[in-house]
Amino acid sequence: MLSKRVIPCLDVDAGRVVKGVKFVDIRDAGDPVEVARRYNEEGADEITFLDITASSDDRDTIVHVVEKVAGEVFIPLTVGGGIRSVEDVRRMLNAGADKVAINTAAVFNPEFVRQATEKFGSQCIVVAIDAKQVSAAGEPLKWEIFTHGGRKPTGLDAIAWARRMADYGAGEILLTSMDRDGTKIGFDLALTRAICEAVDIPVIASGGVGNLQHLVDGVLAGGADAVLAASIFHFAEYSIGEAKRYMAERGVEVRL
Amino acid sequence: MSKIIAVIDYGMGNLRSVSKAVEHVAQPADRVYVTDDPALILSADRVVFPGQGAARDCMAAISDHHLNQAVLEAARNKPFLGICMGLQVLMGFSEENGGTRLLGLLEGEVRRFPSGMEHAGQRLKIPQMGWNQVHQAGDHPLWRGIPDATRFYFVHSYFVVPKDRDLMVGTTEYGVSFTSAISRDNLFATQFHPEKSAAAGLKLLENFVRWEI
Repeated sequence: MLSKRVIPCLDVDAGRVVKGVKFVDIRDAGDPVEVARRYNEEGADEITFLDITASSDDRDTIVHVVEKVAGEVFIPLTVGGGIRSVEDVRRMLNAGADKVAINTAAVFNPEFVRQATEKFGSQCIVVAIDAKQVSAAGEPLKWEIFTHGGRKPTGLDAIAWARRMADYGAGEILLTSMDRDGTKIGFDLALTRAICEAVDIPVIASGGVGNLQHLVDGVLAGGADAVLAASIFHFAEYSIGEAKRYMAERGVEVRL
Repeated sequence: MSKIIAVIDYGMGNLRSVSKAVEHVAQPADRVYVTDDPALILSADRVVFPGQGAARDCMAAISDHHLNQAVLEAARNKPFLGICMGLQVLMGFSEENGGTRLLGLLEGEVRRFPSGMEHAGQRLKIPQMGWNQVHQAGDHPLWRGIPDATRFYFVHSYFVVPKDRDLMVGTTEYGVSFTSAISRDNLFATQFHPEKSAAAGLKLLENFVRWEI
């Protein structure tokens, strides 16, 4: 049967892995090509690059990164961050990305998602959803879509939005809990489950992973089809192989 | 000896990863061309036929590029590897797009995964996206060095149902048991993406570029 995917995520700024700089025992941990190669050797099922380059002058660097990685790492590659037009999607796919994640641009122009899926196929369009709980304690749970790194509310209900993006042809949802992102206390499992039950397309859970049990919980309690994490792999707290063996021992089907 | 490997480009999907993966495993002297030129396809030593997207769009693109005859001829007489849609369009008919006539090299049809499939209490998503096991049906030179039930990377909503069950060389379970690889003489075709399947995929491609019919 289909296995659950473990996806390391690399934040790339002007062509360098940002969180890799503290990595002293590896020659060049800041080189995305080298980090991607290592993740591939450890058994990553896919790799996601999130381009956080602020300066538009440096935005082409991610294209070169994708070209280099795609030339030597033969697993699926997803690129997100700053994808605003059909032309942006085309550039990333031509560079060798298999999937492109659309985030803010989908919120401001939902038709863009439809155009992109019609042009390139659902299989390569991931819609990234950044959601935050807006219900107070005691109220029924409710999450809203936020943009700008969780600072700007949009008024969009996360479940309704996920359904709409699936209707527009998105092939997959990358779901990040902005409440949990960076906290290392685990996924928002109620949010993960709610979105997984709302749509028929695969859902990648993201935001909050601090240990390997969190990955297991994302799949078994959250219902996620894939789990994404950055820092636990990045600082070599755990290798991808360790993570997968841990998951397998607890009943999650993974590729070993 | 130098061989020419043609990767057929008919505008359906990005072929960079296919050509890069083939180059990665080819002999140093081999030349890999991404091409829509029927003459080059017909003169090549080996042909890779990838593709993604909807069946109707793929058939239209093959026809727009005047590739029907070149694809059929290559698939009959030289080492030929179909990948994903490059497998499906070899069949006779697809349910996709309200019914689409395909190239018809092989008898059989292409069906959609039924909705509402479940496994171990979990609803199965469509498309199937990710790594699934391929159960090898018998020996084939392209399976050499690849253990049975190895996982390969899949992205698809439709699967092939060949009329001649002897064509099946690989099957996979996803709610239903479906044909994930077929072979006939010089032809081998997979529903999964060897170019995205890490070491196992590269091994299959390496076996293909060394395959002597």
